[in-house]
Amino acid sequence: MNLWDIALRNLRRRKSKAAFVLVGLTIGVSAVVVFISIAEALTQNINSKLEEYGANILIVPKTENLSMSYGGISLGGVLFEMQEIHEEELAKIGEIENAKNVAAVGPMLLGAVEIGSRKAVLAGMDFQVASQLRPWWKVQGKLPDDEEGVLAGTEAARVLGLVVGRPVAMNDRSLVVSGILEATGSQDDQILFTPLATAQAILHKEGRISLAEVAALCSGCPIEEMVRQISAILPGANVMAIKQVVEGRMETLNQFRRASYGLSAIVVLVGALVVLVTMMGSVRERTAEIGIFRAIGFRSSHIMKIILLEAGIVSVLAGVLGYLLGLGATKIALLFFAGGGHSGHGIALPVDPWLAGAALALAILLGLAASFYPARVAARLDPCEALRAL
Amino acid sequence: MSYIQVDNLSKQYGEGEAAVLAVRGINFGIASGELIAIMGESGSGKSTLLTVMGALNSPGRGKYLVDDIDVYSLGHEERADFRRNYLGFVFQSFHLIPYLTVRENVMLPLTPVNIRKKQKRAMAEEALARVGLAGKGGRLPSQISGGEQERVAIARAMVNKPPILLADEPTGNLDTKNTREMMNLLQQLNSDGMTIIMVTHNPECAQYAGRVLRLSDGLLVEEDKLICQG
Repeated sequence: MNLWDIALRNLRRRKSKAAFVLVGLTIGVSAVVVFISIAEALTQNINSKLEEYGANILIVPKTENLSMSYGGISLGGVLFEMQEIHEEELAKIGEIENAKNVAAVGPMLLGAVEIGSRKAVLAGMDFQVASQLRPWWKVQGKLPDDEEGVLAGTEAARVLGLVVGRPVAMNDRSLVVSGILEATGSQDDQILFTPLATAQAILHKEGRISLAEVAALCSGCPIEEMVRQISAILPGANVMAIKQVVEGRMETLNQFRRASYGLSAIVVLVGALVVLVTMMGSVRERTAEIGIFRAIGFRSSHIMKIILLEAGIVSVLAGVLGYLLGLGATKIALLFFAGGGHSGHGIALPVDPWLAGAALALAILLGLAASFYPARVAARLDPCEALRAL
Repeated sequence: MSYIQVDNLSKQYGEGEAAVLAVRGINFGIASGELIAIMGESGSGKSTLLTVMGALNSPGRGKYLVDDIDVYSLGHEERADFRRNYLGFVFQSFHLIPYLTVRENVMLPLTPVNIRKKQKRAMAEEALARVGLAGKGGRLPSQISGGEQERVAIARAMVNKPPILLADEPTGNLDTKNTREMMNLLQQLNSDGMTIIMVTHNPECAQYAGRVLRLSDGLLVEEDKLICQG
């Protein structure tokens, strides 16, 4: 027989009161779990969408010149010396603090070439990382697998009359069209792509690149921080995050997150009040019993320990139940967020051990904090007055 | 000096015109191993005196010393320790905790004590055997008779072997047969060296005491030394 036994026996005896405290705490905890899980699931969803967009960091040479085009229309006439980056400098990206978040680095060299009587833009690139940097590409034929291959954008192929498997003369060099891109709706449709080394040879720019694209795995990585890290190691380059695509959705999500925290706080407050009122009622009911405990030599601290132990036991249970209930409710809620509940297009339910631990900690903290005042009242009961209640 | 010393003890309830002086400047001493009966009419101050002697009710004036300890100079928590170490209580209505078994009720004063569960259980069984309730430890208070409940209350009061036992109308709810059994039990404990102070209305019970303190209107009016006991 110890204080723990008394707390357990009392909980068993006053099941309805214990259940009431349990429900109050469970609802509070599960609401917090639901709101945080939904916000987390939507964030993960946006992040994975961002990764699907391919490159999300762009590295270009620093220039003092302003852009002379707007909306794809050249305002023309002014030519300036294009600046370049040395290819070997890109190796430094592997040394940044967040290097593990770098999924792919794609160097690219741009330049103009003559094909027959026409001019076209030639882009040299590393086709090994093309699937990560341009996952939306669909190719008729195949990507160039040697230095003689060329991939043509759909518009470029149409205008230049290129056919898969046929040769094409580019400046003084003869290449073979290995594939033609399906329409992408981007500038890629207008361009011819060759392996980087081939483009460097044709354009006489060995070891140089015009820009580099970086695909960073953004889940849990601060993209702005990565931009800062890359800028620090490539002082001659202008490093930019391509974030406009998701910025709008992120702002909406942040608003949802803020509203969620507000709602969580209200639900938690209501839960705490339920615990406080129920525990106060329980203490009043037990005045005589507390008087007996005090009369036979229990210290005030022993009485407090009994009440807080009871609250702690219910709180642990509420933490576990609240987390599980919250996950279940999140799963259902995400079906609606995903639109119509098609499981194939659903948003993944995040199961985070940290959130489970936080839910448990929140329940215990809430239960103990809300029970502290009733426990103090119980501990301060005058034993003589309490016995008079008998 | 006596083992228990009550010096000029007064206790007032309320303030101003509503003030009631329940105990008025009482003085007496009790030697270790005495069996004392406190008698008096309702409202004479005997229950107030018992709560003061139980370290539960701070007096307005005077001193209460036990074993040279000035009880009301102790802090609240130290006074709780004093109650646990020096006093056993037997209440008029037994005051057993209904959701605890007989054995657990007896073990209650040992709960805050840092000893093994097994030892606590053995001490409770020993106390139950002493009051003739061996084998009934697993029952709930509602499953035993009134007389047995009273004996459980005594077992609880003596389980940690306190030197003093305070009893408030210990036979108030018992029939004649159970009253005699109860008084015999208290007498046995007293003969083992326990100091017993009981508040009673019953003159038959008072005959078991070595000394009777009579209170009237908060004053100690008479102190009888009885010759015949039992």
